[in-house]
Amino acid sequence: MSGSERFGDLLRALAPQVLGMLLRRYGGFEECEDAVQEALLAATVQWPADGVPENPRAWLVTVASRRLVDQVRGEQARRRREVTAAVREAPDADLAPAPGDENPADRDDTLTLLFLCGHPALTPASQVALTLRAVGGLTTAEVARAFLVPEATMAPRISRAKQRIKAVGASFATPTAQEWAERLDAVLHVLYLIFNEGYTASSGPDLHRAELTTEAIRLTRMVHRSLPDDGEVAGLLALMLLTDARRAARTGPDGALVPLAEQDRNRWDAAMIHEGAALVTAAMSASPLGPYQLQAAIAALHVQAPRAEDTDWEQIRVLYGILGRIAPNPMVTLNHAVAVAMTRGPQAGLELLESLDGDPRMARHHRLHAVRAHLQELAGEYAAARENYRLAARRTTSLPEQRYLRDRAGELDR
Amino acid sequence: MKFLLNLYLNAADLPGEGPDHEEFLGAAARTGELISGHAFADPSISAVVRVRDGVVAVSEGPYPRASDHVAVQYLVDCESRERALELAALIPSGRAGGVEVRPVMDSAGMEM
Repeated sequence: MSGSERFGDLLRALAPQVLGMLLRRYGGFEECEDAVQEALLAATVQWPADGVPENPRAWLVTVASRRLVDQVRGEQARRRREVTAAVREAPDADLAPAPGDENPADRDDTLTLLFLCGHPALTPASQVALTLRAVGGLTTAEVARAFLVPEATMAPRISRAKQRIKAVGASFATPTAQEWAERLDAVLHVLYLIFNEGYTASSGPDLHRAELTTEAIRLTRMVHRSLPDDGEVAGLLALMLLTDARRAARTGPDGALVPLAEQDRNRWDAAMIHEGAALVTAAMSASPLGPYQLQAAIAALHVQAPRAEDTDWEQIRVLYGILGRIAPNPMVTLNHAVAVAMTRGPQAGLELLESLDGDPRMARHHRLHAVRAHLQELAGEYAAARENYRLAARRTTSLPEQRYLRDRAGELDR
Repeated sequence: MKFLLNLYLNAADLPGEGPDHEEFLGAAARTGELISGHAFADPSISAVVRVRDGVVAVSEGPYPRASDHVAVQYLVDCESRERALELAALIPSGRAGGVEVRPVMDSAGMEM
């Protein structure tokens, strides 16, 4: 690991703690968040040259507080007096538990920040961008690069999100008991979006996007540490680990997608599988069932089979059945149909797919055609399968998916 | 998801002055959806380059023979196809033109 990566990891771990401290002391999310970004930037310039300060967190808080004062100096005199007074009152001793010495307040700050960044007044794109910057400690340029858009496109998503937070008067406070479940769902959804954005990225020029999966796992771990008894948090973390464990095997050397059944299982990450499976098993025995736990349990069944033909499809079918009842969604129906086909025969799977034909969300979706093609292939209906693979290939907007689907259609020509 | 918004206008109808896209530009830039945009010069001063068996042939004028041409093009990154259609509706398309919403291929994919 290079020196700058080491600094990067340390800085990003400290970012939400420093922001939490500033917010509790001064308030004003937009200003505090900008000040923390500037302090992080100052650290990336100064620490490699001067060495890491003895207490990096206190250093960051001090620098960020100064920046905050500088920022406010141009604004109204009333505010200037308040903030400078607050900064002067802040004795450094009180900023400074030893580095690495995690206290519960830091963990709660991270969670509170996640609640703020996942505020329902923001669009999903803004929630994602703001979470990566304010909690993940990424710069706007880094967030932009990960999402393959210019910085000038990403910047408004972040600044607009901060303005929205101000406009709706959202504060740095944990949600009330009534709001809790809904707000936590939103936080988990944002983390899941970040994970998926990285996971769908292929190798090669998109390699840096894979960092998004690592970042999503890191943030979800932080939430899990704050809320160890929440089954859905554990379920999401397990789902991410069990999915990411397959990363090395899911693309071929030429970047082509390798379907699950054909992946080289020796290349799966055994430690991640072990951790993910243990997490979901513990969660399911201790908490009420939820969609993330169910998806993680299904992912665990897939990756724990020594060979594709050993997969416990019967159990997977049952789990998809439950998932479809508690969180109905056309994508779940698609996967359910595959599990039905694997246990009750392809015709039964194809019949289940028919229920999606009238669904406006799916009628034009390439995945419906791709799954239908796969089941028709299993049923020996090769001509129909070829047509549906081709239709799916025309409708996908993903280059590697298109290539995979065309190859499958091509194989049926022979 | 990225989309190209192609504003097609009839060549005879191409605007003399710059197109008025303030509403679209304001909306798409404010939300962080606009990536880039170009207004094109008159199609009559385009050239088409063809290479056949290593031989380069250049012809003056536009590629499409029809009288409708892309006058302005925007690249946006937005949540869904529905949102892209919504943004396209903010671009005035004259009396006979239209905005084509064209999805851009992504180099990422899900395993099947």
